[in-house]
Amino acid sequence: MAAFNELAIRHVTKTYTVDDTPLPVLQDISLSVFPGEFVSIVGASGCGKSTLLRLIVGLDDHFRGEILLGGSPVNGPGADRGIVFQDHRLFPWLTLTENVALALDALPLPAEEKTQRVRDAIALVGLTGFERARPAQLSGGMAQRAAIARALVRRPAILLLDEPLGALDSLNRTRLQDALLDIWEAQRTTVIMVTHDVEEAVYLSTRIVVMEPRPGRIRSVIPVELIARDRAAPDFVALKQRVLADLRH
Amino acid sequence: MSHPQIAAALPQATIRTKRVAWPRGLILPVVLVLGWTWSVHAGWVTGPLAVHAEQLLLAPFDDAAGREIWHAIGASLLRYITGISIGIAVGLAFGTSMGLSATTERAGGGTFHALRQITLFAWIPLLTAWFGNGEASKIVYIALSAFFPVALNTTTGLRNVPITYREVSRVLSLSRRQEIRRVLIPAALPAITIGIEIALISGWIGTVGAEYAIGNGRGIGTFVSEGREQFRMDIVIIGVTALAATGYLATRLCRRLSSLALARASGLT
Repeated sequence: MAAFNELAIRHVTKTYTVDDTPLPVLQDISLSVFPGEFVSIVGASGCGKSTLLRLIVGLDDHFRGEILLGGSPVNGPGADRGIVFQDHRLFPWLTLTENVALALDALPLPAEEKTQRVRDAIALVGLTGFERARPAQLSGGMAQRAAIARALVRRPAILLLDEPLGALDSLNRTRLQDALLDIWEAQRTTVIMVTHDVEEAVYLSTRIVVMEPRPGRIRSVIPVELIARDRAAPDFVALKQRVLADLRH
Repeated sequence: MSHPQIAAALPQATIRTKRVAWPRGLILPVVLVLGWTWSVHAGWVTGPLAVHAEQLLLAPFDDAAGREIWHAIGASLLRYITGISIGIAVGLAFGTSMGLSATTERAGGGTFHALRQITLFAWIPLLTAWFGNGEASKIVYIALSAFFPVALNTTTGLRNVPITYREVSRVLSLSRRQEIRRVLIPAALPAITIGIEIALISGWIGTVGAEYAIGNGRGIGTFVSEGREQFRMDIVIIGVTALAATGYLATRLCRRLSSLALARASGLT
């Protein structure tokens, strides 16, 4: 099953039209992501990194090029891809359980399995005990965990994260980074995360894609080979410097 | 003539908000009523316009014309409920179809927004020509005054559901039906509730307006206009007071209901 879920992005070009003038957002993006990888995409704002995620998840199909998942082109959203947005986008009128369960509404699964999956997903993100809470009663970090649970409950082959920790304070951020690692290691899901925090990218990823803006292109792809995930270690700092240098380039 | 109506409405407020120890809002109306009673008794004000406050309190019970007020209140309420029920139901149906379907919006939106510009009272001559000078015209008029706010708020509420919510329902591959039921309607609920709230108020104004303008049959509006014709100021004041009190209670009730609905929609309950 492993190689089957490879994500292949081939020569993807995306252009918005603003006032009849074409505005290139993504130019000739090619990237392959292999099962089990944790790929971070970093880049200045306006480099089209979020747009790329929207194309992968299937919210936007006006582009040239190909996006293949396991060999077949993605065609609209599907259960094989889950996304977490920067704003949690939970529905305020639903409880945590109902929000997570809504992700299974469209899937043909027996009711007991749905219940079990929802319970598992909530436990996985560490929110057991808050099942009946509404989003307004959750802290920012908890709401983002809930959004991750909603994405994971469908057991996607690829989890897409669009700056999921961008709106959190540093303490919550560090905590959630570790939670993300735990989830990734436990589920062995492929993760593609957009971020503008280089340290976060180095800490979490197996590969870092550096993008440059106007139009959005891939500048470099840097493999992360660290001895340990230690933010103070020399190899960690060196790698961080290298990514920053590429960004500034 | 508007002071007694405040005085009649306010005691309700003090009963409902138990925590207010000293209802300061009562000072002004009480002073006004006392001043009025005193000036009538002292003979400062004379003539048919000078009505004794006691006379007002007794008229709904011991005066033949005054006792009619109870029937009038009942008739008005019944008419109000019938009218707004029709108006709200049709408004919800129409607003939902315009809010959910761009085709319906394109087809019916122009007409709807053009008709919405017509002052409600301007409908009366047309309605009486179509439905006659009786109950049907009044009901249609009340329904109309409830229809517009509900239809408008339902449409805009559904149209203004944030794109971010719609994207979530797409990402979760919800069917159109699931999206409407689980996402769009709950998200539009606050706007719809406000529309209904406005409809309850404008429906009450419509009820009295229709009774007053069409002027036959029972009802508070008719009661007031008859009192005026017979120069019975006590009847007029009783009518206005009943009008204010009933309208106030209806508004109060729907505030309670809508704040419940709003709290539920924002997940604060």
